[in-house]
Amino acid sequence: MDSISFASQLFQYLITGITVGSVYGLVALGFNIIYNSTEIINLAQGDFVMLGGMSSVFFVSVLHLPLAISIILAIIFAFIVGALFERVAIWPLKNANQVTLILITLAGSLILEGIVMLIMGKDPYTLPYFTGSKTIFLFGAAISPQYIWVIAISAITVASMSYFFNKTITGKAMKACSDNPFAASLMGIPVKKMILLSFAISALIGAVAGAAITPSLLMEYDRGPMLTIKGFAAAIIGGLGSFGGAIIGGLILGITEALFAGLISSGYKDAASLAILLLILFIKPQGIFGKE
Amino acid sequence: MKLEKFATAAVIIVLIIFPIVASSNDNLSYYINIMTIVGIYSMITVGLTLLVGYAGQISLGHAAFFGIGAYGSGVLTTKFGIDPWLAMAAGAALSSVIAYLIGLPSLKLKGHYLAMATLAFGIIIYIFFKEADFLTGGPSGLPDIPGISAFGFSFDTDLRYYFLVYAILMLEVIYSNNIMKSRIGRALKAIRDDEDAASATGVAVYRYKLKIFVISAFFASIAGSLYAYYLNFIDPSTFGFFPSVKFLIMVIVGGLGSLPGTIFGTWFMTFLDSEWLSSIGSLTTLVYGIILLILLMFLPEGIAGQYRKLKTKIVMRKNEK
Amino acid sequence: MKNNKPILVLNNIWKSFGGMMSLSDVSISVPRNRIKAVIGPNGAGKTTLFNIISGALNPNKGSIIFEGQPINGLPSHKRTFLGIGRTFQTVKLFKQMSVRENVMVGRHCRSSSEFFSCGLRFPKSRIEEKKITERADAELDFVGAYDMKNQVAGSLPIGLQKTVEVARALATDPKLILLDEPAGGLNDKETERFSELIKKIQERGITVLLVEHDMRLVMNISDEIAVLNYGEKIAEGAPEAIKNNKKVIEAYLG
Repeated sequence: MDSISFASQLFQYLITGITVGSVYGLVALGFNIIYNSTEIINLAQGDFVMLGGMSSVFFVSVLHLPLAISIILAIIFAFIVGALFERVAIWPLKNANQVTLILITLAGSLILEGIVMLIMGKDPYTLPYFTGSKTIFLFGAAISPQYIWVIAISAITVASMSYFFNKTITGKAMKACSDNPFAASLMGIPVKKMILLSFAISALIGAVAGAAITPSLLMEYDRGPMLTIKGFAAAIIGGLGSFGGAIIGGLILGITEALFAGLISSGYKDAASLAILLLILFIKPQGIFGKE
Repeated sequence: MKLEKFATAAVIIVLIIFPIVASSNDNLSYYINIMTIVGIYSMITVGLTLLVGYAGQISLGHAAFFGIGAYGSGVLTTKFGIDPWLAMAAGAALSSVIAYLIGLPSLKLKGHYLAMATLAFGIIIYIFFKEADFLTGGPSGLPDIPGISAFGFSFDTDLRYYFLVYAILMLEVIYSNNIMKSRIGRALKAIRDDEDAASATGVAVYRYKLKIFVISAFFASIAGSLYAYYLNFIDPSTFGFFPSVKFLIMVIVGGLGSLPGTIFGTWFMTFLDSEWLSSIGSLTTLVYGIILLILLMFLPEGIAGQYRKLKTKIVMRKNEK
Repeated sequence: MKNNKPILVLNNIWKSFGGMMSLSDVSISVPRNRIKAVIGPNGAGKTTLFNIISGALNPNKGSIIFEGQPINGLPSHKRTFLGIGRTFQTVKLFKQMSVRENVMVGRHCRSSSEFFSCGLRFPKSRIEEKKITERADAELDFVGAYDMKNQVAGSLPIGLQKTVEVARALATDPKLILLDEPAGGLNDKETERFSELIKKIQERGITVLLVEHDMRLVMNISDEIAVLNYGEKIAEGAPEAIKNNKKVIEAYLG
């Protein structure tokens, strides 16, 4: 193997890492949105991603709807599920302790997985590539166009979220709520609605990632937990609660994982990512841009 | 209460008589197998009760210790020809050491951070079981694990193994019960109720958390070894994230902190899983999720809590008369 | 020969949170077997001071000397073992345990049966258990809460909970007891009873350091008073002197 190929290989790992890292970043973003408004760690976050992918598959394969429509429906569906979940399981127990609330999100995760498993079974599913599967060659590396889609869609989602939280009234209200819920409620901001929105939007973001990644990496009913813990790792690396941190943490995790998988061992790549999580939790739990 | 002592005695009698009766009946003898598994799982959940119900710490990765015991025993006996009891002890020692090393940094974390750390750790161990196939046999599992015997008496029938498991479980239950009723049990409950107050009242909080974490890992490991010697075959899927969650749910069903509750919860969920739902195979995950949600939302104190409330009502009604 | 050295000395304690200075160069000495009160307007740093003494917080600068030994950096439970007991401003009983069990936890640092002894019920653990129970009951009797020993601690009214918390602290065999607003939320009669209790504690040879807002209680039972304002000590002395101290009056009115 001459050195040019090796560089191309590295570049390939890099692109894979950025792609997967984008997904982790979106999961982490969802984590942070919910954490900021409720201090809850949502163990069902990865299952929203799964839901996005699986419901897209459902709309395409079972109802035979066009791809774009299916994905939009899937995203709306996830938005509703997120809202429902908050209304039914979270809000009634808003005063419970931290651990109870985590376990409730865990229960939610199991229920989502259980329902999807009932309807669609245990097999992995795929979606059609958005613009076909013809490999693009960049710097000697073979890149799947779907990866570009994932990166682009993630970037657009992040930009939209940034715009939403910084420039729209609802978004700014949500930000105010997470900074100081008491003051926010004094100013007439409906905290209850903001919390509902945070779950719904997190689910939406997750679903977007899920639909985008399914053509390349497939999707099955039990993909949720691994995505959840890696998304959490990304959030922790960047600093729990920090939006910018979520994206950077996701990219760092994704790229590190891809390099590990390519250069050292692909079987243990998940263990490596989780080991990074443990290291950060033990040594610097505030992460890079940590809040407190 | 006299009723409780009577009930406990009754349960013990049933546990002893039932398998003897069942072993001669072809239809019933299958239940000896399930009850043996219930007994093995109970070793894990009793330890978890001390950790979660008494000390108030959470572990989302306890199946890992179950697995370390199982694979420790499996590997040492099949690949190195070590005596099963010795292998069990080695597995338990390894589990304890790993629990200590993991607990040292993890138990300094609170609430959700501890939950995620145990979750991550559990998955890392599971991945190791899957990937280190030169040692563990990989995803297809580790076969031909020997059985176990003592002083020439071989536990090679279902009936014998059942009594072996329940004898060891009984020891663990007695030990745990003694701990719960002692100054240690009070210290653990104090940690659960209010760590800062416990510390100010002279309890070495961190040290106790660590010790109870190691003890619960020790019990889980013994259970793992017994599991391996019973089924003579193990594979990684028994020791992953969902099993960890299942064990936790068993403890919550029972009502954190109650030994009879935990054993009931273990029995109930195991039967639910293997018996009542097995015909509709794909319902397991959903049912577990729903049960957990209902418990957390409406019955946070589990079966033991409901029993306590019922007892209080009866006592109050008696006093009114 | 009577020991006249102060039981507790705080030297030049500084404590800040974020950018906020909570305690500035506070030096206080607590005379042995006396009742000393720390008073001051809200936010003066009184509870922070207690937290630093008991070990819940560490100061940025300064030393804490207890019985002649520096205890900086020593964890809370070790300070309890050395003889510092405390109650909390917001009563922190073990709510799910019974009253008696709460006080029994106080005996934890004075007993030693561990996982082997307790798990296998060795004679040592059984003997200890009996002693723990007896001593807990004695303390409950001392504070007048013996009758509710089997009640769930969280179900008691706040006044009784505070009393039980004192019993729990007394069970740790303290040489110095820190009472954080013992009369907070109590009516006149309950405050009067607490006043009696504090005097009884002193009679046992225990030094009492209390933070309190109820001026009548403070003036009534204190041998000495220190006044904090905005994290600084502005006055220290006998109750009469403090009552007429201009700086103190200004601090409360201003």
